[in-house]
This record gives sequence, C-alpha cells and structure tokens, in this order.
Amino acid sequence: MAQLVINGIKQTVSADPDTPILWVLRDLGLTGTKYGCGVAQCGACTVHIDGEPVRSCSLPLSALQDGQSIITIEALGAGGKLHALQKAWIELDVPQCGYCQSGQLMAASALLSKSPNPTDAEIDEAMTNICRCGTYNRIRAGIKHAAALLTKKA
Amino acid sequence: MTNTSQLQSALATPSRRGFLVQTSLVMGAFSFGFHIPHVQAAAPAPEVNAWVVIKPDESVIIRIARQEMGQGTLTGLAQLVAEELECDWSKVTTEQPTPGQNAARGRVWGNYATGGSRGIRDSHLYVRKGGASARMMLVAAAAKSWNVPTSECSVDKGVIIHKASNRRTTYGKMAELAATMEPPKDIVLKDPKTWTIAGKPLPRLDTVAKVDGSQIYSMDFTMPGMLNAAITNCPIFGGSLKSFDASKIANKPGIRKVVAVDGKGVAVIADTWWQAKSALEQVEIVWNEGPNAKLTSADIAATLKEGLTAKEAFVGNQAGDVKVGLAQAAKTVEATYSFPYQHHATMEPMNATALYTGSRCDVWTSSQNSEAALETVVEASGLPVGQCDVTRLMLGGGFGRRAVSHDYVRQSVLIAKQMPNVPVKLIWSREEDMLHGHYHPITQCKLTAGLDAQGNVTAMHMRISGQSILSSINPSRLQNGRDPSTFQGLNPDGNEGVFGYSIPNLLIDHAMRNPPLPAGYWRGVNNNQNALYLECFIDELAVAAGQDPLAFRQKMLRNSPKHLAVLNAVAEKAGWDKPAPKGIFRGLSQHMGYGSYVAACAEVSIVDQKVKVHRIVAATNPGHAVNPQQIEAQIDGSFAYGLSALLYGEITIKDGMVEQQNFDTYELLRMAQMPKVESIVMPSGDFWGGVGEPTIFVAAPAVLNAIAAATGKRIRNMPIQSNSDLKIA
Repeated sequence: MAQLVINGIKQTVSADPDTPILWVLRDLGLTGTKYGCGVAQCGACTVHIDGEPVRSCSLPLSALQDGQSIITIEALGAGGKLHALQKAWIELDVPQCGYCQSGQLMAASALLSKSPNPTDAEIDEAMTNICRCGTYNRIRAGIKHAAALLTKKA
Repeated sequence: MTNTSQLQSALATPSRRGFLVQTSLVMGAFSFGFHIPHVQAAAPAPEVNAWVVIKPDESVIIRIARQEMGQGTLTGLAQLVAEELECDWSKVTTEQPTPGQNAARGRVWGNYATGGSRGIRDSHLYVRKGGASARMMLVAAAAKSWNVPTSECSVDKGVIIHKASNRRTTYGKMAELAATMEPPKDIVLKDPKTWTIAGKPLPRLDTVAKVDGSQIYSMDFTMPGMLNAAITNCPIFGGSLKSFDASKIANKPGIRKVVAVDGKGVAVIADTWWQAKSALEQVEIVWNEGPNAKLTSADIAATLKEGLTAKEAFVGNQAGDVKVGLAQAAKTVEATYSFPYQHHATMEPMNATALYTGSRCDVWTSSQNSEAALETVVEASGLPVGQCDVTRLMLGGGFGRRAVSHDYVRQSVLIAKQMPNVPVKLIWSREEDMLHGHYHPITQCKLTAGLDAQGNVTAMHMRISGQSILSSINPSRLQNGRDPSTFQGLNPDGNEGVFGYSIPNLLIDHAMRNPPLPAGYWRGVNNNQNALYLECFIDELAVAAGQDPLAFRQKMLRNSPKHLAVLNAVAEKAGWDKPAPKGIFRGLSQHMGYGSYVAACAEVSIVDQKVKVHRIVAATNPGHAVNPQQIEAQIDGSFAYGLSALLYGEITIKDGMVEQQNFDTYELLRMAQMPKVESIVMPSGDFWGGVGEPTIFVAAPAVLNAIAAATGKRIRNMPIQSNSDLKIA
C-alpha cells in the first residue's frame, strides 16, 4: 500500500510495488497519460512528480515515497482552467492524432516553469518526446506562444 | 465461408438512394444496438438523411464515414457537408456510425477504408450531395408549411427565409418535417469558388479533447468487469506455437487465464495489463521455429540483388526501345539504390477490446477501415455479421498499419472466445508491435540511362527488385501476377501517379521477390522509394550532363505542366536562382502520387560530418484544398515521417526475426532534427488529389540531393545513419 497525492488528492494505491506509475495512474482511470514504449524513450507517459517531468512507464511504484505528489495531464490546468500551453495548443491546432500530446504538454510545462522564455536550443533539449504525426513545428510554436501568453499575464 | 459472404453482400456498393434514407424508415426498420457504452452511435434526434441529423436546439450532427486518425479528415469532411447544408458551423458536431450500421443500411455511408490519401478525394462528391440534399429537404419542408414555392425560399446559416412574406424558421424546427420530404433527384453542388466553410483554414473539431487527456483512444477504452490481456506471438516469421507451461504464474495475483491464440501465440488474461504482461514473461513457451529460423537481412539482400538483372520482370511503363536507346547513347550512367524495411511505429501500440457472448461479438478498437475490422470479427467469432459490430475509437496513429491487417482484432476475438461474457482488452507491448509489423516493403533499384552529346536523356531503364505488398496482404488482387502499386508515380497515364519526364526510350519494370516478412501500406507506400530512386538518379544525370538540376528537370518536364508548376514554385520560393547562404546546400525533387503533384527543395549543412536539415520548401497541388491549415500540418508531418525513415529507419532480420524491438534500437525523428517547413498549397481547382501522404515522397530525395551537392558523394543505400560516414546532427 502506498499513499500518494495524485492531482492534489490523497490516494491509497494497492498495486504491486513493481507496477510502473504509468499503469497505476491508468488503472485509476487517469488514461490521459499514455503507454508508448515502456522503456522511457518516447515520453508519451510523462507526468510531473514533485514538479519534475518523469517518464512514468519506467518508474515503479516502489520508487516513490508516501506523500509524493504526481500531476497528470488531467490536472495540468489549475482550478479547472486551461494552462497557457493548452490554450496555445488549441489556438495553433497542434495535435494531429494527439496520442503523444499529453506527454508533450507535460514536458513543455516543466520546461516553461524552469525557463519562461525558452530558446530554440532549450526547446530542442527539453522536448525529446516522440511524435509520429510530426507536429514538432507546431509544438515549438505552441511553446513560444504560451510563453508569450504567460509573460503578458505576469 | 457463409459468414464472410454474408458480410460481403451486406457490404455491397452504396445504393443509389444512399444518402436519401429517411428517418421514419430508418427508425422503424433498424435497431442500433445502444448497449454500447461511451459511444453514442446514432442520436434519437431527427435524421434528415444519413449524413445529417438536426436537433430541436439547432445543433447539427454530421456523420463521418472515413476514419480520423490525426490527418484532419473528420473536420474536412464535416466542412464539405456543412458547406452544402448551409448550416451554422459553430453548431456542428460529428459522430461515426459503426460498420455494422453501415452494413445494415445497405452501405449508406459508402466505403470506410481510409488509406491512400483517399479520405476526402474519394468521398467529397457524395458527402457534398448529402449536405445539399438535406438542405433542399429542409427548405422544401419550410416551403410546404408556408405554402409557398421552394424557389422563393433562401437559407442563411441554418435559418430558412421567405423574403416576400418576411417569414423565417430554422433547421431545428423543420428537421422532423424535412425527414419526411421526398429526397431531391437533381442536386447542383456549389462552385468551390463560392465556398465559405469548405476551403477555409478552420480549426479542427477534435483538438480540445486532445489537450486535456479526455480523448478516449482505443487504448483507453474500458467497461465494467473488463479484464486485460498481454500476448506474445512466435517472433520468427512463419513459426508457430508448440507448447507452453504457465505453472510458474498459476498463483500470481490477478491472473485469470492463460490461453493459446491462433496456434501462434500465448496470452495471459489478468485483472490489470501490467499483471498480465509481467506474468507472461514467466510463461515458458516452446516455438516451432519453421522454415525461416535462419533468415538474415543479408539473405534478403542477395535475393533482391539477383532480381536486378533477372530476365523476367513485370513491365510498368514502356516507350520506344530502351536497348537501342542505350546502345546509341553518347554516354551511359548506372546506379543501384536500396531502401530497407520500415516499421510504422504508431505511437499507440496495437490493441482491441472484445466481448463475446456466444450469440454476439462486439469489438472496440482503432482501425483505418472498421469495415475490414468487422469482417475480421465475423471470421474470428464465427458469428453472422448481424451479430457482430465494431465501435470506432480514436487512433493513436495509423500510417497504414491499421488499414488492412487487423491481426490485433482477430487475436482479441480469439482471446474473448476463451473468456465468454467478459470483456477483454488485448494490448500489444511495444516489443510485440515491433516484432509483428506489416512493414514497408524492401526493394533495390538499378537505373541505367543514356545521354546524347547535348546531355539529353535519350533512354532509361529502371529495374525495381523486391517485395510486393499485394502479394503479402491480398494476392487475389494481383493482375496476372503483377502488382500495379509497385509502379506508383511511375505510370504512363491515369489520375493517380504519372511519370512526368519525357524520355523517348523508357523501360520501368519490377522483378518481384517476396521475402517471408508481412508487407503493408506505410505512409506514402511505394511512392517513397520510387521517388527516391528516380529523383536521386535524375540528379546524377544532371551532374553527368553538366547541367543545373532545376533546368535539367524543367527541360524533361516540358510535357507535364502540373509537375513542372510545383517544381517551379519551390525553386522560386527557395531562391534557387540565388546562391544559398554559406555552408548551406540545396537539393530538389518532384513527384506525383495519390492524385497530387508535389515538389520540395531541401537545405542542409554538413559540419564535422554531421548532417543537419535546416529548411524545406514544399509545394503541393491537390486540386482542391478543403482546409489549408490542415494541409500545411500534413505537409509538416509527412516530412517528419519521411525524414525519420531517411535518417534512421531500418528494420533488419536475424534468425528469422526483427532485430529492432523498441525505440532504443529503432530511432525516430525528434524535435531537434525537425527542419523548418515552408508550405505552398496551390490547388488548381480541376481535380481532387490527396494530402495526407503526397509530400512525403519528395522528402528523402530532396535531402539526399542536397547532401550530394554538399559532399559530391552519393548515398544510395538507406538509412543515412548506417550507410554513410555522416552522423545526424
């Protein structure tokens, strides 16, 4: 039994300790976080753990300590409102099939929290998630657009 | 088998009254099986016709038959219907009737197959007529209720107006009466020049759910009591299951059953997928390795190499006498190229949920052709088509993998049959997905050309040797043994893909050599390597002739004005007539496929042996552009997919099985390698071509030609990463 704070809600998880966080989340009904490769290559499973982007397919439940906080795509926007990145994604019509986009958004939001106006090089370095539809150029534009939206607000 | 023939007759050509079926008839005659959770298949609101449902609150539901898988078809088709319907676009939503409903209604929605960039180009006519017919019935209903001629009524965004008497009503109010009106016989469609909804860069209808995790993909589907299955199939092509011993996992938590599947695999059914997958790794399995247990990539390459000079070959395009032409040439040039197997690597691995009750079999899955998926369910379940259905869920990528082979659907049904009355979701691991692909076929190509003293190409022989997709997936469709799709983009005539160059003595032929790997349609299909072989060789000929690659092509495309127009457009936008910035090298290519004309100019640099693609200028003439911003997205995406294959993509075989089992060994293009893409969408308005694939054809050859311009050396075997001394920056 593990006690985790998932999207701000305390939850008791009874899965086997070797179960990857990805499957713990999905079995709780949080299916926005996706299975793509299972070996931390594609990033479709990216969530935030204590604010850091983590590839949850390769992190077993046993690696977390009681009380650690997980944020998934379902709670990316605070208080039921869309995150600036989600607004930008909608405005620029970023997704195609969309399967990788939860992971892309979680990676991008972690980037923006560290670097509010990321350079192209920083985007290249942080955004290593795979998109087979090839939405990379719109993802890049979306990150910059969201950065501008956030700066305007601040 | 009876079941199959039942299905085939049910899947006959759309009836003439296709889109004209009326509500009263439909609701009386058919039951829609509303037991399906999560998906509302057909609303109980008034159905004006098969394509259009209008609710009293004025919301408009447009039915979509072709499959959305990221390419934007759903939005584009809705735009076409809404354009003719003249409804309020802000009130439009969509729904996807199931293939079972289509079969039950005489295939009223036509063909569901979504591949070959056909989503819009092959259905625009009947969906536009569906929208127009519904509008005419709504207007006729209003005219009837007002007792005025229909010719005196007009429509403005779902409001019907009789100007003379200053009366107005709405689609929502008229829908029920409209459904009883006689469908019009003569339908005149709008001139695309007057379009206000179609042809516009409208936002997609399916974006919002894809940014907050709420979009339900096949992988995410669930229902009460559902169990999960993991499977491992014999990894050796042509092998089978000999025996298995599951005693080690008998007492593990959550394990419900371990079953053999189709004589080829073993599946563990458990409460959760992780329980199933980790238990499966402990099942001891013995395979019958079959005849290919020693097969290697080198064996396959040798087989194909023999085909390059074989006497027998299927002819795809022939003019003049190539032997004489080559013999008389002042100079001959010869080159041999190869293109390896590719994996689709959809982000969402194959999966399907099946529920078998003995008298019914339902499947929930992602498919590019749910009618074919239904056919698979009928075959695998042994039940008649009326007792089966497939609910269409969003695809996490298709690219051809989910178009023809529904092996994952078949397996899900065979597993569910061993767990009756319990829904079971089968998920392939990524490793399973890589080992059991339907791979882009492998080919080699030998090109020989003759030039006269002025550097004109007077003769060319293009010999392709390698795998036929049709032989792998549907040999009954071969034409006297010949696979016509092998010659995509190289045909002498037709609307699909015409060879644009004027060469007086020409022979393009195919020596079919079929290794035992399953081949499949992979975004762009045979156009990919055909364009690569031809466009790189044309550049080699320009060098041999001492001519500029643009001018050389322009001269040879003199009789192909549409090929020439897209090429000229990219040359102009790229600034071909001006020197490239220092350290930047350019390459061109052009091709026609899936009915569209495409061209590209690539700009690359090579620093410290590291190649970087900086900029792509791409042009497409798809005839009509239904949503230009989505076409731009498809152009972007096609370059990502094409360059991924060019730079990294290669499936190799050892001991009869695929060596690359996950993305650590099968590398894919990421953000840092994605070039800037500048699109030119230039529809000429006189035909309908595809947009999901065509620009992929010119991705690899434009980059290869730029690399050759930079280095003076030709890379003729793909991918670049493992066949050159260049690294990928």
